[in-house]
Amino acid sequence: MLLPLAFLTGPELLWSAVAFGLVFGFLLHRGGVTDFDVIVRLFQFRDFTVIKVMMTAIAVGGVGIAILHGQDLAQYHIKATNLLAVGLGAAIFGVGMVLYGYCPGTGLAAVATGRLDALAGLAGMLVGGIAYALTFDWVAANILPVGAYGKLRLPELLGLPEWVCYAGLVVMAAGIFALVHKAEKKA
Amino acid sequence: MKNPRWNPYLVGALIGLLSILTFSLANKPLGMSTGLAQASGACALPILGADKVAANTYWAKTAVPTWDYSTLFLVGTVLGALLSALLCGTFKVSADSAVWTESFGPSKPKRLIAAFLGGVVILYGARLADGCTSGHGISGCLQLAVSGWLFFLVMFASGILTAKLLYGRSRQA
Repeated sequence: MLLPLAFLTGPELLWSAVAFGLVFGFLLHRGGVTDFDVIVRLFQFRDFTVIKVMMTAIAVGGVGIAILHGQDLAQYHIKATNLLAVGLGAAIFGVGMVLYGYCPGTGLAAVATGRLDALAGLAGMLVGGIAYALTFDWVAANILPVGAYGKLRLPELLGLPEWVCYAGLVVMAAGIFALVHKAEKKA
Repeated sequence: MKNPRWNPYLVGALIGLLSILTFSLANKPLGMSTGLAQASGACALPILGADKVAANTYWAKTAVPTWDYSTLFLVGTVLGALLSALLCGTFKVSADSAVWTESFGPSKPKRLIAAFLGGVVILYGARLADGCTSGHGISGCLQLAVSGWLFFLVMFASGILTAKLLYGRSRQA
């Protein structure tokens, strides 16, 4: 099914990928999240830039896409809830993020600002990708099926209407921002 | 030189708007690590040979090493960050960071080796989880995907613990 708004196809879609990526990279740098110290200090509760950027993006993007989805103008792309794979992967990811000092997107953007450590980590990420591909058959047989709940969303999990969940999301974001400001004042 | 950093709430709101555009106009969520896994397949070509890469289930089905939306998005990200850094004059070749130096000293090789290892670990984790801070953290969470929020919470907890172990000493200073 082609959405009425999704008119970008073929070569235009590929050009749009470069254009959208360009905006994303630009924003990551302007947001200050291409900085090792900003990323690592998040996990020490000394810098809340990442949380402010991410929670605002989630709240704004979430409400916007929910409205479009309600009008059949946007499709959801939900990733499967494979409990063990997502949980284990996220735990490994957290270790990597603190050691690397970037996440995959901010690391790539940091390479473009001249960061040599980000470049070394990019080489590492490519090796990590090769390692995953080489172990994929085993992972697919032993890890991915454990606790596989499919494409699950919070409204289904909690048994609440969509709008309640989105309202909750916005309230939660506001609550987190309030807490963050309190913590910043104390510091 | 002006402070190049914008208000984080503004940047967050603009990333939210960007994802509304990619979802509606291109029918694509924001994501990073799939493209990197595709790129890893391209890098594996000279090492493992074309036959082995083509025969690999993951590169054949999930992360095909080719120029498509996901890999070109990475190219755009690099260009965008470069453009921003050049425009505000902050492009600088360096590997220094305060938090790292406080704990491990100014040695560059040490930092680069740690960053390399961190890169290996982070992308393995991202592929195992099927997403990273963009694909799960932003795109997943904003669609209220259970996988996205699970990723966000576990990643955050693991990061806090790792930061305590790695950089804990520097906090007392």
